[in-house]
Amino acid sequence: MTPNPYLWLVPILPLAGAAINGFLGRRSSKKSISAVALVFCGAAFAMALFLAAGFSSTQAPYYFDLAHWIRSGSFQVDFSFYLDQLSLVMLLVVTGVGFLIHIYSVGYMWDDDGYYRFMSYLNLFMFFMLTLVLAKNYLVMFIGWEGVGLASYLLIGFWFTKDSAAAAGKKAFIVNRIGDFGFLIALFLIINHFHSLDFPTVFQAVAPLTSETAGAGFLTAIGLLLMVGAAGKSAQIPLYVWLPDAMEGPTPVSALIHAATMVTAGVYMVARSHVIFERAPMALTVVAIIGTLTALFAATIGIAQTDIKKVLAYSTVSQLGYMFMACGVGAFSAGIFHLMTHAFFKGLLFLAAGSVIHGVGGEQDMRKMGGLRQYMPVTFVTMGIATLAIAGIPPFAGFWSKDEILWQAFGTSWVYWLIGVITAFITSFYMFRLMYMTFGGEYRGSASDPGHSAHGHAAHGHDAHGHGHGDPHESPWVMLGPLVILAVLSVFGGFVGHGNRFEHFLAPVFQQGANVIAQETSDAGKSTEYLLMVISISVAGLGWLLAWLLYSRRPQLPARIAASLGGLYQAVVHKYYVDEIYAAVFVKPLIEGSTTILWHGVDQDVIDATVNNSATAAREVSDAARQMQSGNLRSYAGWVAAGGAVVIAYMVWMGVTH
Amino acid sequence: MIPLSYYLVLSGILFVCGVLGFLIKRNIITIFMSIELMLNGVNLSFVAFAAQWHALSGQVFVFFVMVVAAAEAAVGLAIIIAVYRTRETLNVDRVNLLKL
Repeated sequence: MTPNPYLWLVPILPLAGAAINGFLGRRSSKKSISAVALVFCGAAFAMALFLAAGFSSTQAPYYFDLAHWIRSGSFQVDFSFYLDQLSLVMLLVVTGVGFLIHIYSVGYMWDDDGYYRFMSYLNLFMFFMLTLVLAKNYLVMFIGWEGVGLASYLLIGFWFTKDSAAAAGKKAFIVNRIGDFGFLIALFLIINHFHSLDFPTVFQAVAPLTSETAGAGFLTAIGLLLMVGAAGKSAQIPLYVWLPDAMEGPTPVSALIHAATMVTAGVYMVARSHVIFERAPMALTVVAIIGTLTALFAATIGIAQTDIKKVLAYSTVSQLGYMFMACGVGAFSAGIFHLMTHAFFKGLLFLAAGSVIHGVGGEQDMRKMGGLRQYMPVTFVTMGIATLAIAGIPPFAGFWSKDEILWQAFGTSWVYWLIGVITAFITSFYMFRLMYMTFGGEYRGSASDPGHSAHGHAAHGHDAHGHGHGDPHESPWVMLGPLVILAVLSVFGGFVGHGNRFEHFLAPVFQQGANVIAQETSDAGKSTEYLLMVISISVAGLGWLLAWLLYSRRPQLPARIAASLGGLYQAVVHKYYVDEIYAAVFVKPLIEGSTTILWHGVDQDVIDATVNNSATAAREVSDAARQMQSGNLRSYAGWVAAGGAVVIAYMVWMGVTH
Repeated sequence: MIPLSYYLVLSGILFVCGVLGFLIKRNIITIFMSIELMLNGVNLSFVAFAAQWHALSGQVFVFFVMVVAAAEAAVGLAIIIAVYRTRETLNVDRVNLLKL
C-alpha cells in the first residue's frame, strides 16, 4: 500500500468541467464549451496515463484518503481512493474511450440546442464513473454507482420533450433502483459482519473464511445481493429491459454509457468482490448461469431487430453476459479482458452507427439504409473492423477475449462453453446482417425526400441539423478521428492478452486470497485449447456466411424464412414479450394496487378523511355552540340562569354525596 | 316565633320571581327591578339565618350587598338612560347591535 496524492485529481477534473459548463455554458460560445469539456476530460485521461506510467506492481496498490466522511464508534468510512491493477485497467478504458467519445460528441451534437447541457452531463458522468472505479470502499463506490445512474438518466432523457425518451429515462432509473436495492442490502450485510466497507479490510476479513460449499451462508447472501445490483447496472436477466430502451439517448451516450463504460460497472464490481464470490460457490454459479442465459437470450433477440441501435443494444447485453459468464466460472481476468476489448469495439460500433445515422439524416431503420459503403467509406471500414472484432475473427480484439472466456468456461462445464459458442455464432450472424443491410446492396432510403422528419426518428434532434439531407454523406473528421483510433484499438487491443500477459498483470488482484479456484486449467491440454479455438472461429465464419447468404446473395430469403417460422419469429421480433409480461405482472398490479389501495384507500379514505372530518366536526360543534351567542340580551340571561342552575345543581349533588 | 322555613320559602319565591321577571320581561327597567328583587330575596335569607343562629355576619353581609346594589343601580340607570337616548326605546329585544 503506497499513498499517491494524485489519485483524487482524476475524478475531480471532469467534475470541474461539468460545473463550469453546467453553470456558465448557457451564455458561452460552443467553441468555449467544447474547449472546457475536452480539456478537463483530456486532463483526466492525461492523469490516468501519468498514473499508469508511474505504476509499479511492487508498490501497488496505491491509495489516497481525501477526507473523513462517517465516523460512528469504531465504524468509519472515508472519501478514499484506491488504485490497483484492476482499477488501472478500468481507469484507462474509461478515460481513454471517454475522451474519444467526447471528441466525437463535439461533431455529433454541434447543432443541438442543448449542446452545453450535453457536454456538462458527459463530464458529470466521467466524474461519477471515475469515482466508482477508483473507490477504496463500497460506499464511495456506491456514490459513483448512483451517480452514473443519474448521469445515465439525464442523458437517456436528453431529448426530454420526446415522450419515449423521457419514459426510457424513467424506466432505466427505476429498473436500476431494483438492482441498487440489492446492492444496498449487501452493503448492510457487509457492515454487519465485518464492521467496515473498506475493500482491503473487508477482503482481509473474508480471506481466512472457508468456502461455503456445504450450504448457503452470509457470504452467499452477500454475493447474490451484489449480483442483483450488478444485474441491474449491467443489464442482465431479469433486469436487462432498460438497456434497449436507453437507445433513445443520443448515440455518443449509447456508446459511452450504455456500451463501453457504465454497463460494465456490474462486471467490475463482481470482479472487485471476487474474494467474496470465490467463497460462495453457489453465488458464483448463479452469476455464471445468469451471464450465460443473458448472452444467448439477448443475442437471439438481436437477430430480428431492424433498428440499428437496438441490434447493438441487444448485442451489448449479450456481450455483458459473456463477461458475467467469465466471472461466474472464476475467470475474472478473462471477464475484465473482454470488458476492455468490448469497450473498444462496441464503442466503435455505436460511434459508427451514429455516423451512419448522422449521414442518412436521422434514420435508424436498417431497412431504409443499404449501399452506404460508397457514400461513407471510412465509417464502413471502421465499422467492419469492429464487426470482425465482435464476431471473434482473429486477429481482432474480440477474438482473444472471447476465446479466453470460452476456454475458461469449458474448464468448468461444457454446457457454458456450448451456449457460449452458439451465442458466438448468433453474434456473428446478426452483426454481419447489420453490415450487409446497412452498407451492402443499393440505397433504399429516399435520398431527396424533404419529409424524412416524418419518420419519427428524425425527431431525434437530427432534423435540427442545418444542412439539408440529400444523398447520404460521410461525417466530419472530428467524428471520424475517434472511429479510426478505436478501430486501431479494436485490431491490436487483443494482443495485450497474448500469452496470458493480461492475466498475469491482473494476477496480484485476483490471486489475493484465491485459494479456492485454480486459475490455470492446464489439465485439458493445449490441443483441446486449439480445437476449441478452431471451433469458435469456424462458428464465427459460419455466421458470416449465413448472413452473406441471406442478406447479400438472396435478400428475399429472410422474409420467406420469417413467414415459415410464424409464431416463433413474431416472439423474437417482439423481444419474447418480456416488456409486456413485466407490464402485466409487475407494472399493472403495482399501478392498480397503488390507485385503489394506496391512493383511493389509504390516502383519500384514511389520511385525507381524518383531516377533513376533524375540520368538519369542529365546524359543526362550533355552529351549535354559536347559537348561545345570539346577541339577544334575554337569551344571554337565560344562559346565565341555566348556567347558575347547573352550578347549583352540581354543588347540591356534591354536597349530598359527601 | 315564625319558623325559619317560612322566611326561606318567601326568599325562594322572591328570587324565582326575580329570575322569571328577568327572563320574561322586555322592558329594561323591569329587568333591572327583577335583579334588585333577586338580590333582596337573597338578603332576606341572609338575615333570616343571622337571626336564627344569632350570628351577625349574615347581617353584615346584607349591608355589603345593599352597598353593591346601590352602586349597581347608579351605574345601571346611567347605562339605561344612555341606551334610551341613542335608541329611543327600552325594549331589550331592539338593543341588538351585536347580534349576528
